[in-house]
Amino acid sequence: MIKRFTVLLLLAGVGTLFAGLLLGYSPDGELNATARYYADHTAPDIGAANIVTAIIVTYRGLDTLGEVTVLFLTAAIVGLVLARGRRRTRTEQRELPPSGELLTTGSRLLVPLILLLGVYVFVNGHLTPGGGFQGGAILASAILLMLLTDPLRRFSHRLISALESTSGLVFVGIGLLGVFFAGGFLDNRILPIGNLGSLFSAGVIPVIYSFIGLKVGAEFSSMLVSLSETEDS
Amino acid sequence: MAHIALATGFILILIGLYGALTNRNILRMIVSFTVADTGVNLVIVAVGYLRGRTAPILDATLPAAEAAARIIDPVPQALVLTAIVIGVGITALMLAYAYKLHETKGSLDIADYRELKW
Amino acid sequence: MSTIMLPMALLLAAAMIGAALVAIRGDSVPIAMLAAGLVSLLASVLFLLLAAPDVAMTEAAIGSGLTTFLFFFVLGRVRGDSKHD
Repeated sequence: MIKRFTVLLLLAGVGTLFAGLLLGYSPDGELNATARYYADHTAPDIGAANIVTAIIVTYRGLDTLGEVTVLFLTAAIVGLVLARGRRRTRTEQRELPPSGELLTTGSRLLVPLILLLGVYVFVNGHLTPGGGFQGGAILASAILLMLLTDPLRRFSHRLISALESTSGLVFVGIGLLGVFFAGGFLDNRILPIGNLGSLFSAGVIPVIYSFIGLKVGAEFSSMLVSLSETEDS
Repeated sequence: MAHIALATGFILILIGLYGALTNRNILRMIVSFTVADTGVNLVIVAVGYLRGRTAPILDATLPAAEAAARIIDPVPQALVLTAIVIGVGITALMLAYAYKLHETKGSLDIADYRELKW
Repeated sequence: MSTIMLPMALLLAAAMIGAALVAIRGDSVPIAMLAAGLVSLLASVLFLLLAAPDVAMTEAAIGSGLTTFLFFFVLGRVRGDSKHD
């Protein structure tokens, strides 16, 4: 009872704070200085049509490097925590019902298309909404569909981790090239900027975002695979 | 628009907090955390919204010269994109630990874990 | 345009709050997980109304898709074990 009361008291306090924030909020009419800088300089300096992508990959590229590092750590810790789990032998396993005909045939048709959509999303990240993170999640969902069709299917951990670390190394390597051939770490102007809105534009942004996409896809797939393998291994 | 989204975000944070504090099942606590997470993201995006403006993507109808006058703030969007990706990482970690806890004690009730209680 | 958007945003907000209440107070754990996924999915539509297509896409693909599946993987393991032990 006292516990419930304390919780409600805490919530009332936080709620009052939020209400104050909400009532005192008045939307800006103009962009603030930072946003205005990005809006004015993205097209001439970076050449990316999608300003959010320009911020993520170039202006704040270092943050994105940290972000994929955090994801890598998460995938590694999930693998570590679950790998020590009880290993059952094959005979002890639950009898899995066979996945239906619809799922099997459908996944055979859909998996290549989903992979293609994922690649399309991260290659066009500088032109349209989307990019490496979304494309990577779509790639991982193709892996998920394969896992649903055949829960006992084994994926090569070696392949996943090789893909993951290669794309990470290429990401950092391209960033270092920027130090020597352009303005600084992760500067995108080591390739020509090109025409705004064409596929081969915005310097190395499509290249970097593709490798981020592969890396994120490999990390999410590794999380899914280690979670689904805990029992069946 | 911005006010509706802000209010929804705040209410979602409160609901998530309440759920995380009162539920006893660990999986339900994690579900509550993801609800609160969505609320926080909603609040941040709503703060960047400006009335009557369009998404920060340049194309034929939005030339670069007019960008500053017609787009909404792109910075909160970049932040929230990062936050969503990190959020799923945190959820995966919590779930892995929850599974591990269940494996050691065979229970997901938080009241069964008293080792650190004082 | 904006005349449709305002009622739509209100409707989405109401649906999200309802789904969130189900997520924390629902009868069964699977329904709570699905409701949390629904909150994410509705949030991604709201992000689209807030002119943030990038965020909407991320939320739909990652926040609502992958997270829900992660939950169900763990739930399946936990359930399967309880039946066994």
